[in-house]
Amino acid sequence: MIDAARDLLDNYWVLMPVKVLAVLAIFLTFPLVVGYMEHKVMAHMQARLGPMEAGRFHGVLQLVADGIKFVQKESIIPKAADKWVFALAPAVALIPAILVFGFIPYGPDLVPIRSDVGLFVTLALSSVSVIGVLMAAWSSANKYSLMGGIRAAAQLIAYELPLVLAAAAVAMQAGSADLAVIVERQGWWGYIVGPLVIGFFVYGTAALAELTRPPFDMPVADSELVFGHLTEYTGLRFAFFLLTEYAGIVSQSAIAATLFLGGWKGPFLDGPWWLAAKVLALSFVVIWARSTYPRLREDQLQSFAWLRLVPVSLALLLVVGFLKVYEVGI
Amino acid sequence: MTTYFQAYGTFAALLVLSIAFVAVAFGANRLLRPNRPTPGKLTTYESGMDPVGTTWSQTQIRYYVFAFLFVIFDVESVFLFPWALVFADIGVAAFWEMVVFIGVLAIGLLYAFKKGVLRWA
Repeated sequence: MIDAARDLLDNYWVLMPVKVLAVLAIFLTFPLVVGYMEHKVMAHMQARLGPMEAGRFHGVLQLVADGIKFVQKESIIPKAADKWVFALAPAVALIPAILVFGFIPYGPDLVPIRSDVGLFVTLALSSVSVIGVLMAAWSSANKYSLMGGIRAAAQLIAYELPLVLAAAAVAMQAGSADLAVIVERQGWWGYIVGPLVIGFFVYGTAALAELTRPPFDMPVADSELVFGHLTEYTGLRFAFFLLTEYAGIVSQSAIAATLFLGGWKGPFLDGPWWLAAKVLALSFVVIWARSTYPRLREDQLQSFAWLRLVPVSLALLLVVGFLKVYEVGI
Repeated sequence: MTTYFQAYGTFAALLVLSIAFVAVAFGANRLLRPNRPTPGKLTTYESGMDPVGTTWSQTQIRYYVFAFLFVIFDVESVFLFPWALVFADIGVAAFWEMVVFIGVLAIGLLYAFKKGVLRWA
């Protein structure tokens, strides 16, 4: 019976749809869990209760209810907007965010799409979402949107560098850009024991900025730009941009956990549950940062990337390279 | 075990599925949503005032120089990745060559900083 099931799963045409549907299922559940967590964690940090009604128990179904409401909302496209670009922007932002989930190693043999350059592909895919943001900003024909979009572009290119350089340091240490191999070459304590702990902080900060999450939320600064590139969006299209943001939190946390925290490895019983726990813990930190730090000013934000994170990550590359080439064990 | 091309097949299937997901969601939205446009609703939002001037307005992009810097360092990272995967096998020489390469770029960044490019104009 078990052998028959295993033979069936060895068949590519059986296994492939299972993998693809599993990735979609992960994409449709984890971002909602993180979204609900954000409601609740922020509420309790501000001495509120947050959602309490939907789903009877502490508002657990709040985001499902939100989704049902968004689907029934009128979709307003302003007359001045570039209609096609405006309508397609949410899809351009959302689809790469789904695809990233396919490359993450969830367990010892649970890698939906295994690639020699998995690290490179995930970084590339997560930067495609920027194009969706720029499309939304430009096509809205709204001054707030345009300014938000330009800020977003400047921020995303500035923080792309420390992100990529910190990831390159991990690739150097592991000697591979295959995410599954990177996890296998770490102990369960990951790479944060050693010089790469700096890489973890650089990567985490840059990822927070890439997601335009507070304290790096200048592009959607609500007190000055209404909602940046999302100002003109309503209904399901708006919901898709929000879903992209939460999917981004989950996928960036998962990549950070894979690169630095040992991925699916744990002190006992390796498996996907460890990755899930690490993702939720990192997402909690993202939410925590939102309710703790005030927003950075635009020039502070730029100089922090160029004068702090980029030099630090370049130095980190040299340190990791030196230790590895002269075989000083870390 | 999946082969090289099967990984691409899975990726293609995932791409098709995610496009289908978006299409189905927008299709459901089209069937379920009301559609009652009024001139007020379709106006560009400018904090409740009538929009002033052209909609695609000219903006001073103060940080365009950052884009040049970005291109330089992004090309660097493209060179870095293949090197990062093999330098340990080649040995000490490969490491010091990359030190020189990164050093030249770091001097470039220092020069840009000295020139005041990274300060708010």
